[in-house]
Amino acid sequence: MEHLPEMHLQHPATVEEAVKLHAAAPASRYLAGGSDLLVNIRRGIERPDSLVYLNGIAELHTITDGLEQISIGGAVTLRELAESQLLRKPFSAVAQAAGKVAGPSHREYGTLGGNLCLDTRCVFYNQSEWWRAANNYCLKYRGDICHVAPGGKKCFAAFSGDVAPALLLFDAEVELAGPDGRRRIALAALYRNDGMDHLTMTRGELLVAVHVPKIPAPVRTGYAKSRVRGSIDFPLAGVAVRLGLQDEKIADLRIGLTGVSPLPFLVRGLDKFVGRKPDDACLEELREVVRGQAKAMKTTLTPPHYRRRVAGALAQKLAESIF
Amino acid sequence: MAKQHITTTINGEETEYLCEPQETLLDVLRDQVGLTGTKEGCSSGDCGACSVMLDGRLVCSCLVLGVEAEGKTVETIEGMADGDELHPLQQKFLEEAALQCGFCTPGVLIAAKALLDINNDPTETEVRYWLAGNLCRCTGYDKIIRAVMDTAADMRGA
Ligand SMILES: Cc1cc2nc3c(=O)[nH]c(=O)nc-3n(C[C@H](O)[C@H](O)[C@H](O)COP(=O)(O)OP(=O)(O)OC[C@H]3O[C@@H](n4cnc5c(N)ncnc54)[C@H](O)[C@@H]3O)c2cc1C
Ligand code: SF4
Ligand code: FES
Ligand code: FES
Repeated sequence: MEHLPEMHLQHPATVEEAVKLHAAAPASRYLAGGSDLLVNIRRGIERPDSLVYLNGIAELHTITDGLEQISIGGAVTLRELAESQLLRKPFSAVAQAAGKVAGPSHREYGTLGGNLCLDTRCVFYNQSEWWRAANNYCLKYRGDICHVAPGGKKCFAAFSGDVAPALLLFDAEVELAGPDGRRRIALAALYRNDGMDHLTMTRGELLVAVHVPKIPAPVRTGYAKSRVRGSIDFPLAGVAVRLGLQDEKIADLRIGLTGVSPLPFLVRGLDKFVGRKPDDACLEELREVVRGQAKAMKTTLTPPHYRRRVAGALAQKLAESIF
Repeated sequence: MAKQHITTTINGEETEYLCEPQETLLDVLRDQVGLTGTKEGCSSGDCGACSVMLDGRLVCSCLVLGVEAEGKTVETIEGMADGDELHPLQQKFLEEAALQCGFCTPGVLIAAKALLDINNDPTETEVRYWLAGNLCRCTGYDKIIRAVMDTAADMRGA
């Protein structure tokens, strides 16, 4: 493999210092665990001149149990998330999703911030420089056409982070720090449906923390994913389910999806299931609703129709097994 | 770019090196410190041949920068045996022929030791999941898994 190109490396001690250092160089990137960024730099799909290293910032490493919310720092590792006592019921889906990212060494070093800000993925994009060059590149970087949908001008590279759909179940908010100070937005508002530009953060914004409001209702949640090897790969489809029952009828239902489109999102139109018994007919209908919205494209070697079907099937199974 | 002066502890010995910011810990270990037991298979986090322990955490050294080792402890395959006495995992890998070309072996051993250090009674599924990030093109994995399970059994018996 190629060596990494020459870069500056900055070691800020505070969030504000990091933001300043980021703004000082024209093509800076924040570096957390590096398990996505360093690979992309090596493949030539990222060309930063300067990296701002986040792991030395104490504020980013804390998980705090507040009165109304749990706050998780941007550089908390996936292993810490998976093992956190604070993320037990009803937040199990978050810990499960973190525990299903990659393999043990990646979870040891990969962070929540890196997982939420992960670049979108496509079989025509996550390749070496010579591979992409031989294929005339593609729209997402340096090329003129999309090999997945050659007629159009849109990129369908799939957001494939596991943790985002689980956090979407809880109306989580992200705290961002930028040159103009800090702001909080809904996690859902961090993303847009564009594989080339899927993050709405403005340049130089740093994800400081995720705030997860505590929920009063007795709901249960879980996360499941389909992948090529059951032990390590990115999701072909990832499904987070939140289900609350009252008198054996569905009182609360949310489903988050990842890996099937350029952004993680909550499935729409689930209100019609509220008040119904989660019997076989109901869950089969649910499966079809999920399948209909999991519009996977040809961005993996596994065919899209499989990813659509498996998204529905995973949602059905999770909803069945959660209680 | 100016090289940075790094002081770290590698296999129990205080070590200093100069490295460029973009050099990975794997580059540094192999090219500067001369510890070539740690292998480069992919440099993309996929194969685990570069596995080392950094402050007690199992990492792919191709995904860690050399400067990140400042003030930390690094454990590599070279530090696994105690002098001439092999670690039980190394011994078992030899006895049960859990390697062929040996390229993946340093990474597999480091990762397997990391598992047995926290869990000396893993199920076969746990071993397989734990070692999922360590690719082996020769053995078909079965002998590796057996050797790890057998070492764990021995260590519990001892
Ligand atoms: C073999 C392999 C398998 C993998 N499998 C999976 C998988 O199954 N599921 C999955 O979700 N991921 C997977 N990954 C990707 C990756 O390991 C994880 O997503 C991890 O959480 C990324 O975090 P990081 O800290 O390493 O990110 P980095 O690589 O450091 O950063 C990723 C991106 O986020 C930005 N960033 C990081 N932190 C912040 C912050 N606080 N604020 C603003 N921007 C930030 C960086 O600038 C960069 O653009 C895999 C990686 C490998 C190598
Ligand atoms: S979806 Fe099309 S434009 Fe986007 S990365 Fe894949 S091939 Fe490139
Ligand atoms: S060389 Fe580091 S994982 Fe392959
Ligand atoms: S023994 Fe050859 S790669 Fe594992």
